[in-house]
Amino acid sequence: MTTTQGPGLSGARQVAQARPNLLQTTEHHFCAGCGEPIAMRLILEVIDELDLAQRTIAVVGHGCYGGFVRQIDVDVLQCLHGRAPSCATGIKRMRPDSVVFTLQGDGDMVNEGLQEVLHTAARGERVTCVLLNNGVFGDTGGHLTAATVLGQRTKTSLAGREAAEHGYPIPVADLVASLRGTAYVARAAVHNGPAIVTAKRVLRRAFEHQLNGDGFTLVEILTMCPTGWFVSPSSGGTYSETTLAGAYPLGELTTAPKPAEGGTDAAAG
Amino acid sequence: MITTDGSRAGQREPAGPELYSGSEVIARSAIMAGCRFFAGYPMSPFTELLESFSKLMTGPGRVCVDAESEIEGANMVIGAAATGARAATGSCGQGIALMQEAIAESALNQTPIVVFNMARGQQDYFQATRGGGWGDYRTITLAPKDVFEAGEHTQLLFHLADKYRAPVLLYGDHFIAHTEVSIRLEAREFGPLHPKDWALDGALGGTGRSRQIWTWNSGKVLSPGPGPDEHWRRIGAKFEAIAAAEQRWESAHEGADTMIVSFGTAAVFVERVVAELRAEGHSVGWFRPITLWPFPAAALERAAAGASRVLVFEVNAGQMVEDVRLALPDRSRIASIGGVSFDDSGLRYGTLMDVPEIRARVVGALSRERIR
Amino acid sequence: MTAEPYRGTVTIASERCKGCELCVVACPPRVLSMSDDVNEAGYRYPLLAPGCIGCSLCHAVCPDFVFDVYRFPLPAE
Repeated sequence: MTTTQGPGLSGARQVAQARPNLLQTTEHHFCAGCGEPIAMRLILEVIDELDLAQRTIAVVGHGCYGGFVRQIDVDVLQCLHGRAPSCATGIKRMRPDSVVFTLQGDGDMVNEGLQEVLHTAARGERVTCVLLNNGVFGDTGGHLTAATVLGQRTKTSLAGREAAEHGYPIPVADLVASLRGTAYVARAAVHNGPAIVTAKRVLRRAFEHQLNGDGFTLVEILTMCPTGWFVSPSSGGTYSETTLAGAYPLGELTTAPKPAEGGTDAAAG
Repeated sequence: MITTDGSRAGQREPAGPELYSGSEVIARSAIMAGCRFFAGYPMSPFTELLESFSKLMTGPGRVCVDAESEIEGANMVIGAAATGARAATGSCGQGIALMQEAIAESALNQTPIVVFNMARGQQDYFQATRGGGWGDYRTITLAPKDVFEAGEHTQLLFHLADKYRAPVLLYGDHFIAHTEVSIRLEAREFGPLHPKDWALDGALGGTGRSRQIWTWNSGKVLSPGPGPDEHWRRIGAKFEAIAAAEQRWESAHEGADTMIVSFGTAAVFVERVVAELRAEGHSVGWFRPITLWPFPAAALERAAAGASRVLVFEVNAGQMVEDVRLALPDRSRIASIGGVSFDDSGLRYGTLMDVPEIRARVVGALSRERIR
Repeated sequence: MTAEPYRGTVTIASERCKGCELCVVACPPRVLSMSDDVNEAGYRYPLLAPGCIGCSLCHAVCPDFVFDVYRFPLPAE
């Protein structure tokens, strides 16, 4: 039942549309308060606004977000866990005019697929990898990943992640930003309105860098997982703002494309 | 005349056959078959195949990537194949082991990939024919006996991969990789194929009919697919159909009292041994499966129907002999006369892969009491 | 509360809502509150009180595609 409360809609202009044009159905089975559908909405809105739908190929890893492969209205290749950047490489090399993005969680990219994303970035492949980082393996029920932050409780770190026992989280966006093949890296979040607006802006910039042929682009989006975090859905945003973003500062990690570098690394002379 | 490309530009056009290694023959044959993407990681004796592709995959639309790992290379190839391009990778033994997940994925999401195993020996038979990936899948495997067959099989494999939307494997070895032969390469035609309307190009984005490639094949909300249960049944049925239609073999002197079964390079040696023994009056013949999968079981049964001995020669601890046992109702006739044999490097066949050694084993088997 | 001229309004697809309440947290004029009754899936859903400014923050933060947002032109003073 759709309700309209207050005055009717005559004379009004719509400023926000519930269902993105590129989403085939709004029905989904993500938990209450999950940040992934929010991130997915932003990606679809950017693709739509840049009029890229008929050139886009999505390359999806394994995680809760895998649920989107049935309802996003772009061509989709569902890959093996961690391998999306490699599949994306093959796709982009064979169809250089296509717009290729990966959709991966932290379990997929930072655990299983760490070397895939680093090598793809180092090669400067003109693809955009999107990391949905909630610090857990959500799809299996909420377990420790290489991105889980210190102190974070998961089903395999019930007392909270401890450096002595579990080691330290890996800030993959920083690693990627340090590589010369990388054109643009940004870390964003969807834990409140302003963050969401910025997240959409950096996603757009990443796709624009791809369209420009500048090199590899990565957008990390911190997403709420109240189920995995043992918090209520309504406080997921606060947890993301304080705990996750504390460990993964938001912002653009690289901005300008690297100047074209020809020749060798050998010392001159 | 060999189809040369930009890599030979400026050189005198060859007037006759060229001298090429098996590695180069395979690479050139793949390019003749329209292969546009290759990704690989060096490993002896596959490395020269990667070098050949790296040298020859030039020109518009052709890509050779030095993959940083076998797993990455295999998954790049899945991506390339998903766009409809003919794509290949390769390695040997242990590297192919790393690719098992990707090969199964290719079988279950129906992306056609060609895999070259330039093996160190014959001990990858189980790996090729049983597979180490998940799910109900098989891998069409061709085992050429020499460089000439390797070139023919390469072109055929790209056709079979596309025809069946399945992964296919060439079982080569270091002899084939490194032997140079005088050869005239010609492109072959295999008949029409179904257009790749499943390939991803983005064009249907936003129409409600956008495509999906997924091992589950559930499709999209607006264009549902069969889903995993039905999809995996169909895949199983597909491989049953392939098994019936794509068996290949070669044999001589069927009806001989002793049949010797061998594959790949070993079969060349066995053929020579049989010729020698037949000249001395022995009743021996040979049978060579060309497809390791699907194994030509019925053909072997017919060829061995009159034999009191079926000897299996393979340079491993006994792998193909299991398929021979599955093929023949009377297993008491079967004896393994092969074995493990490597040189000191562990990378190449040892002393067993030699006519006098093989002959001695056959003669030894002929002299033993018949068990009947 | 005195009825004020609306600057915005939303339509709420309450059947999609999973009761996460992120919209209630995000709404600057605090015109969203959760219902007492539940939708068919068993979740409470947001109700709109007067005072919406059409900022679309509810739309931004909602994981469940619940909100369409509209704005009205302000009346001349």
